[in-house]
Amino acid sequence: MSSSTERKDFDATRKMRAVMGKYFTELCQGPAEGKKTAWCTSVGPAELLRALGFNVYFPENHGAMLGATRMATDLIPLANARGFSPDICSYLTSDVGSYLKGESPIQKMNLPGPPKADVLVYNTNQCRDVKDWFQFYGREWKVPCLGIHTPRAIGEMDGALVDYVAGQIEALVEPLEQIAGTKLDRGRLKQVVGLSRQCTLLWKGVLETAAHVPSPITFFDGTIQMGPAVVLRGHSDAVDYYNLLLTELNQRVAQGIGAVEGEKLRVYWEGMPIWGKLKDLSTQMLQLGIGVVASTYCNSWIFEALDPADPFRSMARAYSSIFICRSEDWKERYIAEMVARFRVDGIVYHDAKTCPNNSNNRYGMPQRLQEKLGKPYLVVNGDLNDLRLYSEEQTRTKIEAFAEQLAQG
Amino acid sequence: MDYFCGIDIGASAAKLVVIDRSGRSLAKATRRSGVDYAQAAEGCLEEALAAAGLAPHEIAGSLSTGYGRDNVPWAGGKMTEIACHGKGAYFHFRRKMTIIDIGAQDSKVIHLDAEGRRTSFQMNRKCAAGTGAFLEEIAYRLDLPLAALNGLAERSTKEIALGSFCTVFAATEILGKIRAGEKIEDIVKGALRSVVKRILEMDTVDGPLVLTGGVVAHNPILAALVAGSFGQEVLVPPEPQHVGALGAALFALEKAEKGR
Repeated sequence: MSSSTERKDFDATRKMRAVMGKYFTELCQGPAEGKKTAWCTSVGPAELLRALGFNVYFPENHGAMLGATRMATDLIPLANARGFSPDICSYLTSDVGSYLKGESPIQKMNLPGPPKADVLVYNTNQCRDVKDWFQFYGREWKVPCLGIHTPRAIGEMDGALVDYVAGQIEALVEPLEQIAGTKLDRGRLKQVVGLSRQCTLLWKGVLETAAHVPSPITFFDGTIQMGPAVVLRGHSDAVDYYNLLLTELNQRVAQGIGAVEGEKLRVYWEGMPIWGKLKDLSTQMLQLGIGVVASTYCNSWIFEALDPADPFRSMARAYSSIFICRSEDWKERYIAEMVARFRVDGIVYHDAKTCPNNSNNRYGMPQRLQEKLGKPYLVVNGDLNDLRLYSEEQTRTKIEAFAEQLAQG
Repeated sequence: MDYFCGIDIGASAAKLVVIDRSGRSLAKATRRSGVDYAQAAEGCLEEALAAAGLAPHEIAGSLSTGYGRDNVPWAGGKMTEIACHGKGAYFHFRRKMTIIDIGAQDSKVIHLDAEGRRTSFQMNRKCAAGTGAFLEEIAYRLDLPLAALNGLAERSTKEIALGSFCTVFAATEILGKIRAGEKIEDIVKGALRSVVKRILEMDTVDGPLVLTGGVVAHNPILAALVAGSFGQEVLVPPEPQHVGALGAALFALEKAEKGR
């Protein structure tokens, strides 16, 4: 058993809280200061919206906050009663429930809560649910809901696909200019895309420190540290923050400091976090000496294709390259590469009941990858936000049994 | 001579086995887990020691397993029930196998290779289908004692299929069968077959099937139903309900041997 079950926090985290606090404060004060607010899906055209001067708000981040604060389970039924099934995305249902009840974790920062949107901009590269989610608010507030429809199950990226998606992003410019009341400054867009690329490379650098043994960071740390990469890409605050964090991580690596005391096993987490149980899961992994060293989820905010010299096409390529909208073959190759690069002993798949697009265990992938890689797997049944779908005892036993199995060698 | 003890605190029953250094089982005890797992464990220990004619100090090592594995103050270690059922089953059948453990609250499919190493395992999802809890609900709906199910199913002459995944829906389906005039014994056998079907869906099987757990202990007819459904050889170890506790005792013995 490990000697410490306390997660080792980073010195940089204090700075991150300040950065995130500033972001939410500016966001909430925006309407009073005459700033327009655009709601954007997490892999929507945030760079374009920022370049047009919008304050950019990411409801999925709010969904994660509702999950992490365990407010979600009480709020989801309110959305269910309005016709949103308990089987659909629990980010959507918890966020709509939060809106209906007028309660938000943002209020705990002494802020009024999520600002109303002047425009909602989605990208279906993740799922259809984000569009349904945004359309609810579009109807509610009678504001425009615009979007990009990205093909799914993409194998190899080709020029035609990039052109198709880039064309959709460019088509957003004119309506967004009208809402923003300003013309797009193409130079500004290049600058924002450049900052976004810097953020992405630094975030990738942060996650790649986990390839060291012992790993200086875990998936659980990553779900906290990713905040600026999620809400502030294209902003210099995110770049500054990840420079700071990366320096601290490199120090840990140089000093041989592991995030898990006595790291014995290394695991890859595939699928969504179980937001309301991160602390419990992190503690159990620490107790068992398991470092969850890499994850599809944290990697999903790496957009290496961004290129300030070619903003629209590179945004299209970057947004369409993410794991969730790729083919099964591509996903398997990707996970195999991660398993090798991060020296992983086993893979944990989270089957999130309300998020089929992020539940990659459902079409035989675990069995195929186990056969191919010789790495054991575990499927944890749960959900991103709806804790009614999570069995505490069963999960605890499964993880413990998985550790026993991995320890056999 | 030293003796070893394994205690399996399950969702419904606490099971304890005392073994000697050869792994031979000397005594066992069973009682309801209740709400005080430590007390249930203590009661089992006292009963088994008395049956074996042993004093507490003669127990050289102990290990706990099951949902209550963290609640046995005197246990010298703990392992999951997945590990312990594997260990116990392999003690009886030294070969590559697939273990099907049907407990009160969960079912497990555990794969062991020819050396007894676990290669993978599955547990039922968050649902009582395919577990003892399902049969408890059906017995309640049919106003039957749980212990009567096996005898009734043995007398069945007709196959009745229950299609629902959900325990509540299956119970409703049974109401329909009663209305249609189906015999109770045929309905009960259909319910037992439904447990087997739910397990069939959990995982593939490889090698002979070894059945463990309280549900099999109380409903031996399940062995025939499983053999029929999977088309595989089915083995049932002695004392199937105590296989997890035996595995725990064997781990305690192994730990002591390593420490020598």
